[in-house]
Amino acid sequence: MGMVRFLVRRILTGIVVLWIVSTGTFLLFFTRPVAVVARELAGRGATPQVITEIIRNLGLNQPLRVQYWQFLDRTAHLNLGTSYLTGVPVKTSLAQDLPITASVVVGGTVLWLIVGLGVGVLSATRARSLFDRVATVGVLAGLSMPAFVLGELLIIGVFLPLNEHGISWIQTGYAGLSTGVVPWVGHMILPWITLATIQAAVYTRLSRGSLLDTMGEDFIRTARSKGLSERRVILRHGLRAALTPVVSQLGVDIGALLGGVIVVEQVFGLPGLGFESLQAIDTGNLPVIIGFVLVASAFVVVANIVVDMAYALLDPRVRIM
Amino acid sequence: MSVSELEFQAHAAESAPAGGGIEGRSQWQLTWRRLLHDKVAIASMVVIAVMVLLAITAPVFASLYHHGPDQAFTNTGTTSTGAPVGPGTHGFLLGTDYIGRDLFIRILYGARISLFVGIVTTAIAAVAGVGIGLIAGYFGGWVDTVLARFIDTVLAFPYIVLALALAAVFSPSLTIVIGVISFFSWAGISRIVRGQTLSLKEKEYIEAARSLGAGPWRIMFIDILPNLMGPVLVLATLYIPTAVIFEATLSFLGIGVPEPTASWGSILSEAQNYYTVAWWYVVFPSAALLITTLAFNLLGDGIRDALDPRTERIFAAGKRGRRRRRRLAARQGTSPLTPAELGE
Repeated sequence: MGMVRFLVRRILTGIVVLWIVSTGTFLLFFTRPVAVVARELAGRGATPQVITEIIRNLGLNQPLRVQYWQFLDRTAHLNLGTSYLTGVPVKTSLAQDLPITASVVVGGTVLWLIVGLGVGVLSATRARSLFDRVATVGVLAGLSMPAFVLGELLIIGVFLPLNEHGISWIQTGYAGLSTGVVPWVGHMILPWITLATIQAAVYTRLSRGSLLDTMGEDFIRTARSKGLSERRVILRHGLRAALTPVVSQLGVDIGALLGGVIVVEQVFGLPGLGFESLQAIDTGNLPVIIGFVLVASAFVVVANIVVDMAYALLDPRVRIM
Repeated sequence: MSVSELEFQAHAAESAPAGGGIEGRSQWQLTWRRLLHDKVAIASMVVIAVMVLLAITAPVFASLYHHGPDQAFTNTGTTSTGAPVGPGTHGFLLGTDYIGRDLFIRILYGARISLFVGIVTTAIAAVAGVGIGLIAGYFGGWVDTVLARFIDTVLAFPYIVLALALAAVFSPSLTIVIGVISFFSWAGISRIVRGQTLSLKEKEYIEAARSLGAGPWRIMFIDILPNLMGPVLVLATLYIPTAVIFEATLSFLGIGVPEPTASWGSILSEAQNYYTVAWWYVVFPSAALLITTLAFNLLGDGIRDALDPRTERIFAAGKRGRRRRRRLAARQGTSPLTPAELGE
């Protein structure tokens, strides 16, 4: 019962957030004169007649109020409109880009959690050892690096030399899962490493600190005095409780992750959502921009709901209210 | 505490032997001492100081080399095919960029922009973050609900998207860059400050202040704020490198500080198409950026450790501490293991 009420409330607030975000983007866009937008769409050397034509065709000559109402009406019916440039429905192009971005996000997140938590747990169980110190500086170096610098260094240091020597497994660009798992991983591995490296640091420090705190608790002593193996004490009892702050950080970082995805897609030439939205912003293609912003925000909202539910699963003391 | 006790303490303080006697140390003095023992933190401070100094003296180097930051040397600065020249060629210490500008001078001038953006945005974010966090945490109720939701929304938002949209609408400028970075930085600080304020306002000394007639603003800024300075200082130190990276990323995406002004991000963004022919074009600006952000991150970690009195205990539990304790115990003839180690 409590769960259902929680879900309903969160979904309703989520919809409000999406409305605010899309309205904000809409208004922001219209602070630019319509003629400028039309001129960009028309390309260089367009006659004034062509520009007027474009403005009329796109309905940009109507009052802002009317346009906004049409926009809301469309969006409420899950119709995201068509691209100003190509006339392709935004939904279609988003659906095309989504698998690419999902590949980057899911793989990157898995790798980043494995590395972040793994190094964190190892550091905590060997606090102040050489491994701990090296790991701390190592992950900090990752945190200190902009995603695009790391991406370019990976291209210069890994992709180019390997391909010069005829090892062509690691590639830039995109190959879908339909081409097979091996080529897919080959195309995705550098973007994953990039995302994981810049994000893992926060999780390493969080899980290390949190596990060190947890290992001092009474229930850990109880577990040890029951005669459990140290591995079991750490993994089943310590880590589970130590994960709570890590999970809450995950909710915060998902927004940042999407930002990272835009950069990674740009560096590695992946034609995903981020890539497309960058182009859309360049050309003032409003329907595509709003489509991307809505998908991205919906993703953040859903991810946060999942994170809050994971909370309750991890820590029986937390009750969803 | 009774009046006589206070008098006694005052008397004791006066009669304490001057110099060499027992000296009261404030929390900040203790922290500073711990920080000075941290070699990594000291090294980071030196690196940051050198970077700031180089940034400030950039015009001196420019006039020394007679190379302006935006001055293109089309003859000496590029090869016959128009590519950048390498380090040490024709008096270009770190080589040139794609139109023959001195890379060394541009990196120095880039430091001015990058550090300026990093420090200014962090200062704005810290002031706004502390203010909003204090108000949300102290007043509670609907004020807190509204502010906390707002903080969560900003935190969860894919900020680069909005940054891109903003930059697309208003043409890129330093002001826009600073505005965008500040807007997405205060929320993290606010959240921490709010959490701390929630617990601090229940403390007895706040009740005491209130019963003495202190108003909410006095309590927030005179009584609570000083206790928050530690975590805020750590956060601020860690936000500076984040802001530097943010600026670099905005420049990389073409919406940062506009040409021809040099920033580390804009140099790296230009270098994108040249990394196969001119390694120095990528390596030196990335190195400048990495060294600086890493130094700030290490310093932030050091300050965090220094502020935390538990650090010494964790340290004592390590190998060196155990050895030291064992030696001590051997001398005193007691068990070398602490009760904690025996018990667990």
